[in-house]
Amino acid sequence: MNYKAFVAMLARDVRVARRNIVALLFQTFLQPLMFVFIFGRVMVGSGYMPPAYKSLLLPGIMALSMVGTGIWAVAMPLIGEFQFTREIEDRLLAPMDISWVAIEKVVAGTLQALAAGIMVIPFAWLLLRPGVDLSLHRPILFAIVALLVAVFSACGGLALGCSVEQTHIGLMFSLVVAPMIFFGCTYYPWSALANFPIMQKIVLVNPLVYASEGLRATLVPQFPHLSLLAVFIALFGFNALFLTVGLRQFHKKAVS
Amino acid sequence: MAAGIRTSELRKVYNTAPPLAAGAGGFSFAEKRSKGKQPKPEIVALNGISLDIRPGEIFCLLGPNGAGKSTTVGVLTTRVKPTAGQAWIGEHEVWKEQSAVKRLIGVVAQRPNLDFSLTAREILVFHGAYFGLGSHERNQRAASLLERFKLTDRADQIVRGFSGGMMQRLSIARAMMHDPQVLFLDEPSSGLDPQTRLLLWEIIREYNRSGKTVLLTTHNMEEADALCQRLAIVDHGRIIALGTPQELKSSVPGGYLVRVRFGQNSTDLMERLKILSGVREVRATENNGADLYADRGGPLVSEVANLALAANIELCDVHISEPSLENLFLHHTGRSLRE
Repeated sequence: MNYKAFVAMLARDVRVARRNIVALLFQTFLQPLMFVFIFGRVMVGSGYMPPAYKSLLLPGIMALSMVGTGIWAVAMPLIGEFQFTREIEDRLLAPMDISWVAIEKVVAGTLQALAAGIMVIPFAWLLLRPGVDLSLHRPILFAIVALLVAVFSACGGLALGCSVEQTHIGLMFSLVVAPMIFFGCTYYPWSALANFPIMQKIVLVNPLVYASEGLRATLVPQFPHLSLLAVFIALFGFNALFLTVGLRQFHKKAVS
Repeated sequence: MAAGIRTSELRKVYNTAPPLAAGAGGFSFAEKRSKGKQPKPEIVALNGISLDIRPGEIFCLLGPNGAGKSTTVGVLTTRVKPTAGQAWIGEHEVWKEQSAVKRLIGVVAQRPNLDFSLTAREILVFHGAYFGLGSHERNQRAASLLERFKLTDRADQIVRGFSGGMMQRLSIARAMMHDPQVLFLDEPSSGLDPQTRLLLWEIIREYNRSGKTVLLTTHNMEEADALCQRLAIVDHGRIIALGTPQELKSSVPGGYLVRVRFGQNSTDLMERLKILSGVREVRATENNGADLYADRGGPLVSEVANLALAANIELCDVHISEPSLENLFLHHTGRSLRE
């Protein structure tokens, strides 16, 4: 591997992200924070939701922001750059194996997803307080879960971005991303699906479930959540799967 | 040290996907079963291309659209995987030592493939960084290339708003940024105005004078004639002629080409055309036409007209070409380069 070229590509992505920082911030935080405001503030404040819902909601919102950011940060540029303008070509011609170009995208997406996850906590906390009961007494486990979630989002972005054509972006969001969010235990814990036993089993194929439940287990362990072991195994598995599929699709797109 | 280019029996067959309506495409939920029943259409882009381009040479691939020029460049620049055959840049085999090959080459694609999220200067500077140039060196080189290609006044603007010609110039500047030993230019002057084209030719010649190898593709014969030391004429994925422009032009019987078309077909008239003085070869073409390869052009026309008159056949069309690569292409393929 040629680390100079790799670092230069990361620097290029940082430059582009910095140039689009305002749009990026709105894109990352507007929707999750509106959700926090309506459900955590309006619904709880008016008594339709119990006050404890605030604490339950926050890890889900964090998972949602991270996954949304990572997928978007990797998939959208890739879809664009592999179009007929072939903007990615100068990086494919850099003197290193082209797999590293894909891995650089994953690293950049992971960093953006982590930044989104870290930043959404204080924003959401400010909107929700008082009454948010976060307990970060297992910081290392929390950091590992957050990292796995961020890597998952970036690898998912790679796999999607290299499999979807530009004309199908809308379809990708309505058929893949939206169901993943609604059945991803972001707004409710997995245990809440106990009354829908079949659905409760089916949603286990959704990686966002493990992201939300993992963050719930490490931020608000007082609520019911999936075991951390299951979360780790599942997220590792999904990360390996999406990275493998993503790299394969990347090669298919990059070389004719 | 300058590096040459070598290929041996390169073949590339594309299995194109069926059209979207037939159930394929990037994101399809149609069942894949139907795919097995339809044989995949195969397009043979390269059909055994063997080349040996010397270090320090300006070499040109000349041919019509779809002849396989860009695919050849694609294979040599690691962007297209050949179905069979081998290719080398210098000592390195392209598909086995891709990173080493990529260090040696600079590529200007047929369509500008610039990084639209960056400014012109950033495109050059980041390109330098991908190739490991130090910060001072890459900034300096970027500035001098921008100056050279007359882009300094727009250097710090995002390239999305650039004109086609500006994008093309910037693509060439970018390919030269890491000072590659071999420069590939795929139809570099398409879309350039005559003045910029001359500037480009001068830049290519100067780059070559510093000992670098240049491979360019074109369907413009003037360009091949003016720029190349040797050229290969490519059609249907095969090399049909190879040599210096002068050698190739003199390989056409006579050199001149007189294309005529008559009102009706007459074998007798064809036989008479063949025995006109200076005519080396006569080929019947479609629509009662004939191509006369001869060592003279204009003076032949009146004799042809007289023969037609004597045979009571109308002479409908006459076209005279002086010795050119176009005549050569026509002689080998029966088709015009511009068709």
